[in-house]
Amino acid sequence: MWSSPFITKTTSVSQIMLHVLIALIPGIVMYVWYFGPAILMSLTLASVTALTTEAVMLKLRDRPLKPFLSDNSALITAWLLALSIPALAPWWLVVVGTAFGIAVAKHLYGGLGNNPFNPAMVGYAVLIISFPAHMTHWLTPHPLGEIVLSFPEQLNYMFNGALPAGLTLDALTMATPLDTLKTQLHLGLQVNDIRNMPIYGRLAGKGSEMVAIGFAIGGIYMIYARVINWLIPTIYLGALFAIAGIFHLVDPVHYASPLFHWFAGAAMLGAFFIFTDPVGGSTTFKGKIIYATGAALLTWLIRTFGGFPDGVAFAALLMNICVPLIDVWTQPRVFGKKGDGK
Amino acid sequence: MRQLFKFHGGVHPPTHKSESTRSPIAQAAIPSRLVIPLHQHVGNRAVPVVQVGERVLKGQIIGKPDGRLSSAVHASTSGTVSAIDMQLVAHHSGLPDLCVTIIPDGKNEWVAHGGVDYKQTPHTELRHILRLAGVVGLGGAVFPSDMKSYSNKHKIKTLVLNGAECEPYITCDDLLMRERASDILRGAEVLRELLYAEEVLIGIEDNKPEAIAAMRSAVEQDGHQHMEVIAVPTLYPGGGAKQLIRVLTGIEVAAGVRSTEKGVQCFNVATAYCVWRAITYGEPLLSRIVTVTGNVSNAQNFEVLLGTPVDELVAQAGSKSDTDRHIMGGPMMGVDLPSGAVGVTKATNCIIEASDALFPPPPPALPCIRCARCAEVCPADLQPQELYWFAKAKDFGKTQEYSLFDCIECGACAYVCPSQIPLVQYYRFAKSEIWQREQEQQAAEVARERHEFRLMRIEREKQEKAERLAQKEQAALAAKAAAAPGSATADPQANAEAALQARIEAAAARAKAQAAAEHPKNIDGLTQEQQAEIAEIEARRAKIREMAADAGADDEPPKHN
Repeated sequence: MWSSPFITKTTSVSQIMLHVLIALIPGIVMYVWYFGPAILMSLTLASVTALTTEAVMLKLRDRPLKPFLSDNSALITAWLLALSIPALAPWWLVVVGTAFGIAVAKHLYGGLGNNPFNPAMVGYAVLIISFPAHMTHWLTPHPLGEIVLSFPEQLNYMFNGALPAGLTLDALTMATPLDTLKTQLHLGLQVNDIRNMPIYGRLAGKGSEMVAIGFAIGGIYMIYARVINWLIPTIYLGALFAIAGIFHLVDPVHYASPLFHWFAGAAMLGAFFIFTDPVGGSTTFKGKIIYATGAALLTWLIRTFGGFPDGVAFAALLMNICVPLIDVWTQPRVFGKKGDGK
Repeated sequence: MRQLFKFHGGVHPPTHKSESTRSPIAQAAIPSRLVIPLHQHVGNRAVPVVQVGERVLKGQIIGKPDGRLSSAVHASTSGTVSAIDMQLVAHHSGLPDLCVTIIPDGKNEWVAHGGVDYKQTPHTELRHILRLAGVVGLGGAVFPSDMKSYSNKHKIKTLVLNGAECEPYITCDDLLMRERASDILRGAEVLRELLYAEEVLIGIEDNKPEAIAAMRSAVEQDGHQHMEVIAVPTLYPGGGAKQLIRVLTGIEVAAGVRSTEKGVQCFNVATAYCVWRAITYGEPLLSRIVTVTGNVSNAQNFEVLLGTPVDELVAQAGSKSDTDRHIMGGPMMGVDLPSGAVGVTKATNCIIEASDALFPPPPPALPCIRCARCAEVCPADLQPQELYWFAKAKDFGKTQEYSLFDCIECGACAYVCPSQIPLVQYYRFAKSEIWQREQEQQAAEVARERHEFRLMRIEREKQEKAERLAQKEQAALAAKAAAAPGSATADPQANAEAALQARIEAAAARAKAQAAAEHPKNIDGLTQEQQAEIAEIEARRAKIREMAADAGADDEPPKHN
């Protein structure tokens, strides 16, 4: 005998995940436009690694392959990780990060739906701690670089570690805008002077700010298509804007503007694609507000005072830890009851 | 414009109502047999008052109410009682229940009946009429209406008339409001008088413009003073009594609280209609409007005699050959019927003929990804994903901490779940487990009390035996003292013995008093049934003892269990 309800809405997990992948495409297009097609190679590598690792882990855990391989969640992990690390890097960097994220952060904790930490961010954390040097070589955006590698040359570097004769990696890559800002501030420069350096554009880093806009466009599409809830991106960006804005108003010489924080680094990717990951995020209304505010605060703190160039990944992981507590604290009032539903 | 309120969440499933609203209510044929369950209402099952083979008339009581919370059951048409036995019934338990089977004679011959003028009749009598007419809530809860139309201290302000009908596919209330608005409103007026309510708010979802228009014009034509027809937004489960009360009045009635405590009472429109027919014409509840829809060639509403087998009803709507099951109610909260042979009951508002093409079986569930879409649509403001987690882990304490029993099983959570998890099944499972545990605990509690009662009784018997012995000894001493005259007053030993005797007596009296004081404490809190049961057990034991004594004094006394 069946049991009610007998009808369901037809939105499935794999459709939701597919929408997330589609929403990443505008950012990826911008990425290719400004930094060349190397990112496509690392996206492919990450995807293949993620699906392979997922299959192996499912096999080891004696779980059915088809429903889980087709849920598209492994691909999201792969793409988010590939977009978080330098595109021009040895092939094994993205492979190690993705495999670790899927095998350890996801499957050792019980697979889809059971991982307390965002697998892509765990992969990123492992890479930046284990291979910090490789994680600093970001491609110079298109209009800035005097030398642009062709796609075969990029592939040759990724798989053979060989650059065209007479070129060094330093000539092709640079530190990120966030990293440069921090280093230059340490050297005693002022925010205004640093922002006038050629790597910066109108909002943040040249090229990378456009990628961030691409992610924001994808994010707004997801909110419109009801793939993600509007609350977390709004609160996250609002809180980041507020805290960066306060410090920028008080001391513009040493603190970058809120718009800079929005469009530099992974803030937009985080706001729409990382902090909105439901599995490790808070589920209650108030909890989402606390979660997003905490994430914004940590992002800004790590960026401003921390030892890493960007704070999004660690903000995500640190807030993931807090979620069980946040959720218990923020249970909504039950219909007709007073106070906390008791 | 009246201010309306919102409840949290809700969903918009496809309504599929237009299929069955194209034609007016049709009279369903008198079936070849009627299977009438005696338990069609909340409360005690009605007691059968007819015999197999007896001829019954239409409207004759075949089951009389048993106890305060109960309702009468009637023969829906004239005919002969062919069986009174356990049959499968249209109930979510899927268990058989006592039914009266009647073979109709086709004459449709009425029992003598007549109505009263409600304005000239005392309220207690009106309520009695409702009870004997078998009027119960027709929105699905089937709570006896006489018990709901009682207002203590005149504290009900608002009577809410529920014509929302939020479930997809169901249109029986819609059609009833379109075609019989006047009688509904008159019934509502009777209920308003019974409750001393100040106003009647009639809530109808705004996807039923014809019903709203019909009800509004009836309010105007009949000059009902205290009534207002209010179009409420279409949002499932807006027709749930608590949700509708919230939308119309802003009052939230928590689980386990009666709406009357907040000054509101709620009746379904069809119930109000039946109230009017019962009071004014003396017509008991013999039929109801049933939507027959789904996998049929001619979806339609029928006025159906209670007890009509579902098979015979759906045939009249042209049930298609690939139909493989019948759903009673809507697709969100309906029940998959155990058989097509079950009779239509007072709770049967809709029969959906279902097939895999209409309601495809759900794909295998994926793990919960905590997307909280379920929490966003939950009308009770629960966290369905947490409840699911705890129910799955059989952590029932936690499910109660997260207010499991506030869940109304509306199915909105399962409807939106992208992982296609049958969430409501998990909640039903957890609820039934908790109920079972509580029952077991209560049973254990009763057993413990009985055991303690028995120990106490043995102790008391010992005391009484000691007393008797003491008395005997005392008597012997007294006799001794009497046999030695002269020494009684002077003998210090005798004085000491007398003092000791007094102490023993005092102790025995204390023990007796204690036992007497303990006695009521142990049987305090016992229900009448339990007391009766204990008395019965004691009587049985006494009898066994007697029998043992008869069998021979040398035999061992029977052991207590």
